[in-house]
Amino acid sequence: MSAWTDQRMERVIGRLLQTGVLLSTVLVLAGAAVELASRASERPDYRVFRSEPAALRGFAGIARQALALDGRGLIQLGLLVLVATPVARVAFSVLAFLAERDHTYVVVTLVVLAVLAFSLFGAHP
Amino acid sequence: MTLAAMFLLVWVGSLLAGFLGALTGLGGGVVVVPLLVLLLRVDLRYAIGASLLSVIATSSGAAAAYVRDGMSNVRVGMFLEIATTLGALAGAALAAHVPTGAVAVIFGFVLLGAAALSVRRPAGPPGTDGPADPISRALHLDGSYPGSRGPVHYRVRHVPAGFGLMAVAGGLSGLLGIGSGALKVIAMDDVMRLPFKASSTTSNFMIGVTAAASAGVYLARGYLDPLIAAPVVLGALPGALLGARLLPRLRSRVLRLVFAAVIVTLAAEMIYQGATGRL
Repeated sequence: MSAWTDQRMERVIGRLLQTGVLLSTVLVLAGAAVELASRASERPDYRVFRSEPAALRGFAGIARQALALDGRGLIQLGLLVLVATPVARVAFSVLAFLAERDHTYVVVTLVVLAVLAFSLFGAHP
Repeated sequence: MTLAAMFLLVWVGSLLAGFLGALTGLGGGVVVVPLLVLLLRVDLRYAIGASLLSVIATSSGAAAAYVRDGMSNVRVGMFLEIATTLGALAGAALAAHVPTGAVAVIFGFVLLGAAALSVRRPAGPPGTDGPADPISRALHLDGSYPGSRGPVHYRVRHVPAGFGLMAVAGGLSGLLGIGSGALKVIAMDDVMRLPFKASSTTSNFMIGVTAAASAGVYLARGYLDPLIAAPVVLGALPGALLGARLLPRLRSRVLRLVFAAVIVTLAAEMIYQGATGRL
């Protein structure tokens, strides 16, 4: 086992996580500012579950809303970046284990990545 | 309540929840959900969705600091993530079919269990010698962490039992929108015999990936409401970072008991309201 490579991998992962969380925070903050500036005195009701509108439940819709600088779209994009952060960590680990020629763990990380991909891109009625 | 007032209340509450979660080692989710549901009367599904996102934020935010220490065991984490992510998918799928009241009751009991675990005595000494476990050797799970006198090596044991417990932890995470950190640490400490330093950081590392596995399902189902999730995420992360920083100075038995009492009260209320159909 090459301990040095493992440690370098951990450092890069740490940086990756930090960047993802920071980017997500900026987007969520921006979206919240837009929403509060325009609808601060509205009285939303969250007692009853109504599910989100379709535009805020899929990637394409969220991207469109965010590009239009819609507050909720920006927040939702920030939340997507947040969810993508640990996914990016797993994806990076696949490459790192490949570089270490640790084939067992290339397979292990690919399995985890496949489960995550199913959650994000699969159909969930 | 106006949107601005709601936003501020949820933000302050999540800040406190993140702080408390980090101090007790229970994670912010176990406090965020009862706060939203019991105090602010938010629907449980929105609360669980927002809590799950705060779990990802605090896990990723704290991991950035942890990983540099070289304490976590990347291979143990990766291998067990197979179990936690599959469990999380199953839990999130189940969430749609279980009545809200029942989810609240399960949440309450899990909360009670977590509170009990948070005040328990630490596990015995970790496995540092003896022959290697065959599965652990095949998967290169044995690890080491930097100690004051050079690296401390340890062996990992009972891999199948640990793997099974991790699947349960993942399932609870997906069903309830919490990190299940306490159960993850138990699996690694008591069953797989990792040293506490390695298990706590490795657990934190896994929590974000586990939560991401149910987040996709939550998004598609419309559980992720931007206006509830935003103040929760923005509050829980700084709260948790502050809690982690103050932890070494505030680690007293009295404080832990006080927190455990708060958690037990919240749990009892969740169970009562869930069972009587008020949620």
